[in-house]
Amino acid sequence: MANKVSVFRREHFNAAHRLHNPTWDEEKNYKVFGKCNNPNFHGHNYELEVKLTGEPSAETGFVIDLKYLSDIINETVIERLDHKNLNLDVPEFAQLNPTAENIAITIFNFLRSKIDDKLEMQIRLYETPRNFVEYPAN
Amino acid sequence: MAPSLYLCKNFNGQMVFLTRIEHFNAAHKLFNPGWSKEKNESVFGKCANENWHGHNYELHVTIKGEIDPDTGFVMNAKVLSSIVKEFVLEELDHKNLNLDVKFLEGQMCSTENLAIAIWQQLFPQLPKSVQLHSVKLYETPRIFVEYFGN
Repeated sequence: MANKVSVFRREHFNAAHRLHNPTWDEEKNYKVFGKCNNPNFHGHNYELEVKLTGEPSAETGFVIDLKYLSDIINETVIERLDHKNLNLDVPEFAQLNPTAENIAITIFNFLRSKIDDKLEMQIRLYETPRNFVEYPAN
Repeated sequence: MAPSLYLCKNFNGQMVFLTRIEHFNAAHKLFNPGWSKEKNESVFGKCANENWHGHNYELHVTIKGEIDPDTGFVMNAKVLSSIVKEFVLEELDHKNLNLDVKFLEGQMCSTENLAIAIWQQLFPQLPKSVQLHSVKLYETPRIFVEYFGN
């Protein structure tokens, strides 16, 4: 039976965003999103955990070299999101509300093609220390 | 009432620090309007993004005072929390520090200036029985400032 191990890499990025549905009126947006609808934006220190599951290599003992994983996350995710305004600076959120849920799915999509698909991947994203999401939800 | 439960050593006159921790989430940018865009980017790097970025700020407000023998408190921490909420968090949480905050107008929105501004918001609201000792403000888990008044 194969030994599967999960490895994790944690990174962080700081970003501004606003939760808003442009097809709703102002009143409905405020009722649903509350303070998160501030038209001048607000922000978060996001903490990102990338989980990869697979068998350790017989040659290296690694599921994946975590330094290599960190470089991929930095090039593919952090460069695009860190110190950015998610609504204004990130094309993927031009038509998509940048909730933690949608950001997690977007990050998964950024990374999936860069990582060997023999490895199962899961993203956990903390919007604050008390609110976090996971994708895919297993 | 069992008097023995309330008999303890006399702690009158002892100064104790009490800290309340709160948090707020806000957008900001570091941008000096008197400089060119190039100079701003050279000095502030990514923090100069004209579309802002953001942080979960963590605020530690520390007061000091003598213990009230009737309550055992320096100050009721719930009362301190409600003062911080009314005079600081209402103004800052889920706001854009550059655009939305009257008491930051004309200031660079650095964590240093924000700590001083928070001190100035709180100082007049505290009861006379305590002193505001420090405002410690974390911009990120790895970067924080402390201000102790003049």
